[in-house]
Amino acid sequence: MKQVLAKADAERATDDIFAEARGRLPGAGPVPQIRARAFDVYKRAGLPHRGMEDWKYTDLRALIGEVLPLAPQPDAQALARAKVSAKQVAADQAVKLVLVDGMFAPELSDLGRLETEVVVRSLREVLETPAAVAMAGLLLSTTSDSAISLNAAMATDGLVITVADGNAVKRPIQIVHVATGLSVSTYTRSYLQLGKGAHAAILESFVPAEGASGYQANDAIIALVGEEARLSHIRVAAAASDAVNISSAIMAVGARAKLDLFTMTCSGSISRYQGFITLAGEGTKLSANGVNLVRDELHADTKIVVDHAVPHCNSREKFRAVIDDCGRSVFQGRILVRPAARKTDATLTTRALLLSDQAEADNKPELEILADDVACRHGATSGALDDALVFYLRARGLSEKDARILLIKAFIGEPIEEITSQNLRDFVTAQAEHWLQARR
Amino acid sequence: MALLEIHDLHVRVENREIIRGLHLNVNAGEVHAIMGPNGSGKSTLSHVIAGKPGYEITGGQVLFRGENLLRMEPNERAAKGVFLAFQYPVDIPGVTTMNFLRAALNAQRKARDQREFSTPEFLKRVREVAGSLKIPHDMIKRGVNVGFSGGEKKRNEILQMALLEPSLCILDEIDSGLDIDALRIVASGINALRSPARAMILITHYRRLLDHIVPDIVHVMSKGRVRKSGGKELALELEACGYAQFEDAA
Repeated sequence: MKQVLAKADAERATDDIFAEARGRLPGAGPVPQIRARAFDVYKRAGLPHRGMEDWKYTDLRALIGEVLPLAPQPDAQALARAKVSAKQVAADQAVKLVLVDGMFAPELSDLGRLETEVVVRSLREVLETPAAVAMAGLLLSTTSDSAISLNAAMATDGLVITVADGNAVKRPIQIVHVATGLSVSTYTRSYLQLGKGAHAAILESFVPAEGASGYQANDAIIALVGEEARLSHIRVAAAASDAVNISSAIMAVGARAKLDLFTMTCSGSISRYQGFITLAGEGTKLSANGVNLVRDELHADTKIVVDHAVPHCNSREKFRAVIDDCGRSVFQGRILVRPAARKTDATLTTRALLLSDQAEADNKPELEILADDVACRHGATSGALDDALVFYLRARGLSEKDARILLIKAFIGEPIEEITSQNLRDFVTAQAEHWLQARR
Repeated sequence: MALLEIHDLHVRVENREIIRGLHLNVNAGEVHAIMGPNGSGKSTLSHVIAGKPGYEITGGQVLFRGENLLRMEPNERAAKGVFLAFQYPVDIPGVTTMNFLRAALNAQRKARDQREFSTPEFLKRVREVAGSLKIPHDMIKRGVNVGFSGGEKKRNEILQMALLEPSLCILDEIDSGLDIDALRIVASGINALRSPARAMILITHYRRLLDHIVPDIVHVMSKGRVRKSGGKELALELEACGYAQFEDAA
């Protein structure tokens, strides 16, 4: 009874949040209606909970209970704090685009360094233009996930990045998401469109400003990768240790294109990354890799769904989790091979390294093969560091701490090695190193 | 003062006494061979000197240059100059031999308050030593011992020994799993490292190794103690008569 009441209270609170936020949400023409519909979809399902197979290890209804009020527009002080964090996390040579508490902050971004091969607009600007009728579709999505529906209803801003046919963007574009607030929620939604043969690398960082606490960040990125295009999407999430970060990626990849994905979660009370990748054109190649680094009582959940919709596509997934203290890591990797997708070649390996007796790893690789003549493999393991290896390194002069760090780095090295850009690989390695050095 | 002094050492593993009152003195410049049947405690002795966890020292002393070795962490022992060539070197996927060697060498140098080697200095040294051990360069760029043959693993142990320049080398069955050509390469690598400042302890079942690396002193170990010590001719005697006579004396 108590639980039913609690849920009803939470729902009422959520209703209020949408009602209150409505006036602040950008969008002309049909946009408000689309938002209201998305919110209805969300409301019918409610917060994701363990009764939903996709969320069975991350029961947001139980873990966070309610959706917090929408963050206020960042003031000068919030922007100043965000600037410090954005600078700290800036990757070498990347062009920075900064989103603060769900709002694009051009004054913190390197718009002047953008190459002419790429066009960047804010979602707010796009949704407010008279041509919004055409753009309203940006808020629609093909997935029925309730966190994504909530995102569509509430998105205050984001980036719309377009690379025209044949254009190659040389420098990586780094989208930095900074949260500055206390007990508020933020929603961003970005779009990425790569034309035929276009090349780009997008790095996304999620960080708190100093003093940010207890916030809920809900981000979505939707990418359309054109024929023969090449996209690298690297994501490093380090939310505040009492904050929630939910990131969804919905991507469709055209014929003979190549998509390299990498996601790393290294902090956040509750983190969830969910990637839905559709290989929509023949001959595409997907490399999807990631690492969860979890300590204390933090919870990191990574879910990647690869949808082989057409023949002759190739997908490779490597995932590693390192869990210390009472941390919990979840990896769900689903490979769907549709009836038409013959000659599919897909592999998925997931391995967890448990550094303490209380650490927990849930690995769930799933293959759903509906086509003939395919090659699909998956493997999952979990275990502790091998004492014999630690001793070998110590006998050669490394301290126990350094020996363990070296072995953990080697363990997570395999997915990181898949990042093709040396710069971005070094960036990710440095972030991982930072996590390792902070281990007690 | 001897480089290594072991006095009345007693060691237990899971409540079984493996080493039972062992004495051994090793001086700088000497090469000792410890021979003995399976289960005599030879490998346990090498592990205890190197500091492998899991052994309970119930009595005795192990002094290295007069310092109590048993109180030091394995890495401290390594930095002081103790090196164990493993009987079964482990594979470390994801850590290249090159990075491993550099990490080990610099960790030891740091512990000794020496400056770390620069990359070119380090590479030059690795190339020289690897060349003399016929270790191809691509092997060094691969994960430590990953996909290596038994012989390659043992050569990699000697490579590490040559780079780290320890003053006490304990070679635990360095000859096991080696064919005659590999044994020659490994033995000549070890012989090249003999020096008046360095001592070696060769642990082996077989005399064959001692044809290639001629020891100064041979010890026969059985049931956790040194039963007899002598010159290199003791190895020949052992081959003729076997270990049984020493077990009887136990």
